[in-house]
Amino acid sequence: MPIIEAQQLSKSYRVADKQPGIGGTLRHLFRRQYRHIDAVREINLAIEPGEIVGFLGPNGAGKTTTLKMLTGLIHPSAGRATVAGFTPFDRKPAFLRQISLVMGNKQQLIWDLPAIDSLRMNAAVYNVTNHDFKQRIDKLATMLEITDKLNQPVRKLSLGERMKCELLVALLHHPRVLFLDEPTLGLDINAQNTVRQFIRTYTQEHQATVLLTSHYMADITALCERVVVIHKGGLLYDGLLDGIKQRFTPYREICVELEQPVEREQLATYGEIESIDGRRVTLLIEREKLTACTARLLDDLPVVDLSIADPPIEQVIGRLFEEGHTA
Amino acid sequence: MRYLKLLLTFWHVSVAAETEYRSNFVMSALNSMVTLAGAIFTLSLFYQNGHQLGGWPWHDALIVVGLFTILDGFSQTFLTPNRTRVTELVRQGTLDFVLLKPVDTQFWLSFRALSLWGIPNILLGIGITIYAGMHCEPPLHWTAYVIGFIPVILGMILLYSIGFALGTLTIWFTKLFNITMAMQAMLEAGRFPISAYPNAYRVIFTFILPIAFMTTLPAQTMLGRVEWPWFAGSAIFAICSLAFSRWFWGYALRSYTSASS
Repeated sequence: MPIIEAQQLSKSYRVADKQPGIGGTLRHLFRRQYRHIDAVREINLAIEPGEIVGFLGPNGAGKTTTLKMLTGLIHPSAGRATVAGFTPFDRKPAFLRQISLVMGNKQQLIWDLPAIDSLRMNAAVYNVTNHDFKQRIDKLATMLEITDKLNQPVRKLSLGERMKCELLVALLHHPRVLFLDEPTLGLDINAQNTVRQFIRTYTQEHQATVLLTSHYMADITALCERVVVIHKGGLLYDGLLDGIKQRFTPYREICVELEQPVEREQLATYGEIESIDGRRVTLLIEREKLTACTARLLDDLPVVDLSIADPPIEQVIGRLFEEGHTA
Repeated sequence: MRYLKLLLTFWHVSVAAETEYRSNFVMSALNSMVTLAGAIFTLSLFYQNGHQLGGWPWHDALIVVGLFTILDGFSQTFLTPNRTRVTELVRQGTLDFVLLKPVDTQFWLSFRALSLWGIPNILLGIGITIYAGMHCEPPLHWTAYVIGFIPVILGMILLYSIGFALGTLTIWFTKLFNITMAMQAMLEAGRFPISAYPNAYRVIFTFILPIAFMTTLPAQTMLGRVEWPWFAGSAIFAICSLAFSRWFWGYALRSYTSASS
C-alpha cells in the first residue's frame, strides 16, 4: 500500500500582475489585475514505503507546490492526497509526527542561538525524552560530522554546517516520510556528499520514504532509482531513472577523436553535432542508425579513437524540460 | 503538561536569544528605565494639577492608570513580540515550519516569543494600582484586588484576541507591520477612565474598540462600582473574541499560499 498517494492533485493560484512605472504602481494599488496560474495540474502519484523518489522539473514546474500540498501546508484546489494514511491538510498531530520537510532555501534554526537550542525546542515539541535526545543527537551529529558545531550560534556557521544542522533538527523525531526540497542547495562537493550519505543511511536504518527535489543530478543519481518529472504543473514521467534515457533519448552519444579537424558541414551529415573541441567531436546519433553510422564514420574519417555512450542524465533531463514532452 | 513544558522552553529560548546581544541587552534595560522615569513623571503631573477626570477622584483614576500600565506591560511582554513575528514568518515563508509541528499553531504563534522589557511596566502598574487602592476613599480591601483581577484577565484575553485576529490578516496582506502601532494607539485610549471622554468616544471605546472593558471596567470592579451586567458582558465579550480569533485563524489558513521557494 502506498505511503504517499496523490490523485488528480491540482493547485491553481491567483496572482496580481503589476505593470512598470508610476501609472502601473497606482493601478496596482487601486485596481489590481489578477490572473490564474495552474501551478499543479491533475498529478497522480503512488510511492511505496522505503522508496527514495527523485522529484524533478525546471524552476516553476510545480515541485515545491506539490510538496506543500503533500505536507499539508497548502490546500489543493482539486484532487486528493494521502500521506501515511492521513489527509495532509487536516494536519493531524499523528500525521505531523511522521513527516518532515527540509527546504534548502529556508531555515527553522533559531538564528541567534546555537543549534542545540533549536534541537531542544524540537525535542519538547515532539516529546523526545532526554535519553533519546542525547542518543539521537550523538548519532545523527556524528553522521553529519557536526558534533563540535552544535554549541556555536547558528549565525556563525557556514552554509554547509547550517544545512547539516537543519537536517538534524528535521530528523530528530525520526520521521517516516521525508520531503526534501533541494537539501544540497549551495553546498560544496564534500558537504553534498556527506548530506547524500546521511540521507541514504537514515532511510535505510529507519525504512523512511523520501521525496527529493534537487537541481543537482548527482543527488538524484546517488540516491534515487525512481524519478518523477513534472513540467508546467503536469506529470511528464514517472518511472526508473534509467528508463528516462530509453524513453526520451532515442539517440546515443558518439565521441570521436580525429587525426585532423574535419569541416562542420561534413560532420553534420552523420548526426546532430553536440560539440567540437579541436579534433574531438561529440555527435548525437539516433539509436536505430547507430551501427550504420559508426561504420560510415570509421570508413570516411581519419578516426583515432571512438566511444559510444548514453548522453549524461543532466543533458537528457535538460532536453526533456526544454522540449516539454507530454507523457 | 506537555504544553507547559513547551511554554517554558519557548520562554527560555526567547530570553536566551535576547541576551545573546549583550549591548542590546544594556540598551534595552536603559530604554526601559527611561520609559519608567517618563511614566512616573506623567503620574506626578496628575497629582499636581488636581482636576477630576470624568468624575473620578484622583486615586480612583490612578487605578485606571495602574491597570493600563499593567496591560501595556503585558502587551509588550507577550503580545507585541509574537505579533511582529507572525508578519515575518508569513513574509519569509517560514510559517511553514510552524504549521508542520504537531502543536496547536495558535499556541505556538501566541507564546513562542517573549520580551523581558515589558516586565518593569507590569511591576510598576501593580505598584501604582496597589498604592492608589490604599489611598482611595475608603481604602480597598485585599479582596477587592482579587475580584478586580478577574476583569483584568478578561481584558488581557480581549486585547490578545483582537491583536491575534488582526495579525491573522497578514495571511492575506502579508505586510501589516502597522498592526502593532494600531494596537498600541488603541490601548493608549485606556489610560484614562472612559467617562473622561466625550459621549461619541465612549460609545466607540466600549462597543467598537472595547477599551472600556480593559481598564475602566476592572477599575470599577475593584472600587465596587460595577454594574454586574457589564461584568458579565465583559466575560462574554472576551470569550467570544477568543473563539472568533481561533475560528478566524483556521479560516485564514485555508487561504495560506506560503511564500514561494
